[in-house]
Amino acid sequence: MLQRVSTFLYLRPRMVLWLMLGPPLAYMFVVYLGSLINLLVYSFFYLEEFTGLVVREFSLRTYLESVNIANREIILRTSTMAAAVTLADALIAFPLAYYIAKFASPRLKTWLIISVTIPLWSSYLVRVYAWKLILAKEGILSWFVDLLHLSPLLDWLLRLPGIGGSSLSLSPLGMFVVFTYIWLPYMIIPIQTALERVPASLIEASSDLGAHPGQTFRTVILPLAFPGVVAGSIFTFSLTLGDFIVPLSLGNSKFFIGQAVYSYQGTGGNIPLAAAMTMGPVVIMILYLLIAKRLGAFDAL
Amino acid sequence: MNTLLSGAGVHSGNCEIMTNITAPALQFDQVSKYFGEVRAVDQADLDIRDGEFFSMLGPSGSGKTTCLRMIAGFERPTSGRILLHGQDVSSLPPYERNVNTVFQDYALFPHMNVEENIAYGLMVKQVPKAERLKRVEEMLELVRLAGFAKRKPSQLSGGQRQRVALARALINHPKVLLLDEPLGALDLKLRQQMQVELKALQQRVGITFIFVTHDQEEALTMSDRIALFNLGRIEQTGTPAEIYEHPATSFVAGFVGTSNLVTGDVAKRITGQEIIFSIRPEKIHLADLEAGVPQDSHSVDGVVRDVVYLGLYTRYLVELEGGGDLVVVEQNLKTTSMDVLKVKGKKVRLHWKKEHVREVGN
Repeated sequence: MLQRVSTFLYLRPRMVLWLMLGPPLAYMFVVYLGSLINLLVYSFFYLEEFTGLVVREFSLRTYLESVNIANREIILRTSTMAAAVTLADALIAFPLAYYIAKFASPRLKTWLIISVTIPLWSSYLVRVYAWKLILAKEGILSWFVDLLHLSPLLDWLLRLPGIGGSSLSLSPLGMFVVFTYIWLPYMIIPIQTALERVPASLIEASSDLGAHPGQTFRTVILPLAFPGVVAGSIFTFSLTLGDFIVPLSLGNSKFFIGQAVYSYQGTGGNIPLAAAMTMGPVVIMILYLLIAKRLGAFDAL
Repeated sequence: MNTLLSGAGVHSGNCEIMTNITAPALQFDQVSKYFGEVRAVDQADLDIRDGEFFSMLGPSGSGKTTCLRMIAGFERPTSGRILLHGQDVSSLPPYERNVNTVFQDYALFPHMNVEENIAYGLMVKQVPKAERLKRVEEMLELVRLAGFAKRKPSQLSGGQRQRVALARALINHPKVLLLDEPLGALDLKLRQQMQVELKALQQRVGITFIFVTHDQEEALTMSDRIALFNLGRIEQTGTPAEIYEHPATSFVAGFVGTSNLVTGDVAKRITGQEIIFSIRPEKIHLADLEAGVPQDSHSVDGVVRDVVYLGLYTRYLVELEGGGDLVVVEQNLKTTSMDVLKVKGKKVRLHWKKEHVREVGN
């Protein structure tokens, strides 16, 4: 019986292909794309102001509302934060990833990769609250800063408009620190993978042809690892764009996109506006990827 | 080929680069390299003359590639000195040595096109762009790749990548060019063609080539001189003919060409002395039992156990009376495959001139 089934399938390779691909493809289309399309459709509906009911008619009113001055500020603030976090993560991750990929012994490499990913095993909420305590006015960080007699510097930083606040745990600066920490593994792993794929002989060839280590880094290593940096930055950038827990716990009264979406769909009951605000990060990511492609980020793939 | 090469205007470099006319291009002075307990290279001494095509031949793990990597500067010797035209370079980083390498996997930069790859050495030395392009043009002509400047390495065949790697190294006018099994990845026809081209190119540009290979035929075809490596030591250095005709050790006799190594009782019965000797299969004559043995020859009787017809020649495996066997090779001058195969199982008399016997150490 089983043999007959296998013979039947052996003679119909296309059928096997569809049997194997079908379920995951169906899942992809229904769950992923389906919900995205649903979101897109909803963003073109609008909320009737008097009744508070969703009107299921095509309209651009919601989009107009989503780019009013207040929301534009939210989008700009969130994108700036995402860009700053991405840049900081890339700068911290690159040397770490480089060491893991090119210098660490196989044993040490395993341990380093495990220690990079271990934080991901614990709840993200717990880590955010841990940071809230670390950054609090009476927290360990300000104690340490005081120990170094650098409190005036910290106070000066906190007085800066735009990034400061009453304490690190209630300021954009604090949020930046926490975001950078939280998403760092998502930057390290893709860069490490990309560097892992740069053959040692290319680095040797560069130095053989007379390039100093700095020149080799700029002209060979960095361009070849750039797709990894872009992959990592897609994670850090989009995760920051959509996050609402960090702004909720560490931010001030100024909203980020995630918070706005959270409040529109929850207390506000304005699902169309929440959907339109969600399209913001999607559009920003598409633009980001197009720019990355223009810069040649995917040429070496 | 010569007309193609002559148009390219590559500096021969011998006068302008050499710092010391009398010093060899490259010298190893008791160079050793240990990796932990493993002696990859063990007290190697070498003198490579200027303008020579020098091959380092040996099985894998014999230390030849480690030697090459020490010349390039990728590895530092554990002890000993490496002299480049009389100057001690043992502790210089690769980018401060006027030596270039053609890598086994070519190591072309995948994100650069052919032109950028070839110009790389000039680019990092900040040679002006106009001169860079002019010299790339010359190089492309030298390796017969004109018109390929804008291609990416992934769009080239194995042989073309090889030429780009050569051009990328030669554009820097190195004192010594190192080639690490560069023909290994090519198919047989292309490899034979590249052997001829490489040799012609080397004579044209006059640069010292140091060529690492495990292929003895390749080494014999191209080299002026060969160093034969085994287990981190240099067994013998000499011209291809010297190495082939006068192997210094049983390892050399066995590694270069095929050789019959005769030891113990068999050797004593044939020569009357307690020696170990080697005899090349093509030096042995295969004769009938009634045939007389010429003057100054050794002879031994045996039975043909195996016959392999190889077109150009036939290889016989002859089991000797009293143990041991010898491989004999005869050209198929008059015979056909039908004739030679009939010999199998026949009793034969083998004889060879005493002068072709090489007494070898262990």
